[in-house]
Amino acid sequence: MSCSRRDFLRRSIKGGIAASLPLSAFKFLSPAQAKSLVRESGLRWVFLVDTTKCVGCGLCVKACKLENEVPYDVPVTRTWVERYVVTKDGKFHADSPMGGRDGFTEQKIDEQEIPPEEIAKAFFVPKLCNQCENPACVQVCPVGATFQTPEGVVLVDRTWCIGCAYCIMACPYGARFFHPVYRVAEKCTFCYHRISKGMKTACVQACPFGARQIGNFKDENDPVTKTILTQRVAVLKDEYGTKPQVYYIGLDSNVR
Amino acid sequence: MKNHVLRPLWASLAIVALVLLVRSVVVPKDFGIHGNRPDGKNFTFTFHRLGAIDDWKKFKVKYRGKQYCEECHEEKVAENMSSKHRIIQCENCHGPAIDHPDNPETLAIDRSRDLCLRCHADLPYPGSHRGDLPAIDPEEHNPGEACADCHNPHNPNLEDME
Repeated sequence: MSCSRRDFLRRSIKGGIAASLPLSAFKFLSPAQAKSLVRESGLRWVFLVDTTKCVGCGLCVKACKLENEVPYDVPVTRTWVERYVVTKDGKFHADSPMGGRDGFTEQKIDEQEIPPEEIAKAFFVPKLCNQCENPACVQVCPVGATFQTPEGVVLVDRTWCIGCAYCIMACPYGARFFHPVYRVAEKCTFCYHRISKGMKTACVQACPFGARQIGNFKDENDPVTKTILTQRVAVLKDEYGTKPQVYYIGLDSNVR
Repeated sequence: MKNHVLRPLWASLAIVALVLLVRSVVVPKDFGIHGNRPDGKNFTFTFHRLGAIDDWKKFKVKYRGKQYCEECHEEKVAENMSSKHRIIQCENCHGPAIDHPDNPETLAIDRSRDLCLRCHADLPYPGSHRGDLPAIDPEEHNPGEACADCHNPHNPNLEDME
């Protein structure tokens, strides 16, 4: 192979330029990525729970079950309230009878009486589906029956779900269950039928103390967004990488 | 080529064709990737039947809120809104309005103690707003009697008590 001096110099310069190009210059965006840079959904539903305001009345659970036709006397529920009692010797007790549907009216916790003077701290924690940004339950669905909407809500297609329950196993928060009537996977929808009409979710509306709030994370002026961005908030099981979108004020390390 | 070699080939091609045919009939036309995620993981998270979104939007609203009750029960709502119980929705105690007064024609009037005890049973819980609420020990405070016999649930102010 012959190579003149001129050719050699030309090729060296071209090679040098090619080598100096950063790898990222060759990264092609998928059509969806390119599209998302241009036009994004202006909505991302997020939830804010202030555990310091919750009194454990359970009216949210009652409202949720009746609004969403979850069988009332079956121990399954889309949202539930947990009670935590930490005693002065460092032990902690937790319960949630019937998901807290009838409120907490007795001091007994798990059949156990705890004298008030032994209580170091005690509080209630409402829980519901975290509508994760990376929902593990959606990833495992073998038939495409559960999915994320453009507004970030995870829904179940009742006509398509085969009831294999992979998603119920995959959810780190135990937020899913098997619907005893429809025989499909069931979960909190953030009351999708209500929020898409401009209403609040049934649990948010039912809460007398404002312990539950829902907002649009893409709206900077939304009071919920402002609180999440400026106050000290935490999420449950951050280490799972699911990016949960239910934020908590006053979360304790005993809560899991 | 010999027939016994080709026969399984035709058979497997026929099976593939049959599966594709059945699939095109069974799988709804709006089934596909409908997402627009910044990270591009649209197949993982947004592969679904598009109509499922509308199915959920069509779900019936049952809790209508206090404004809906006020349209007819103006006096009751006004009395309630002047009291500490203004933070409580009517439907929390009376049940969901749904299409009341058409369906159901009447809503429940629940006079059970359990309803009041949800908030007013004494639980000495520091770190929770529960400890700040006016509370009673249900076993000592007139056991067996309906709270509503003495207290007006719409306006529980003790000074206004009859």
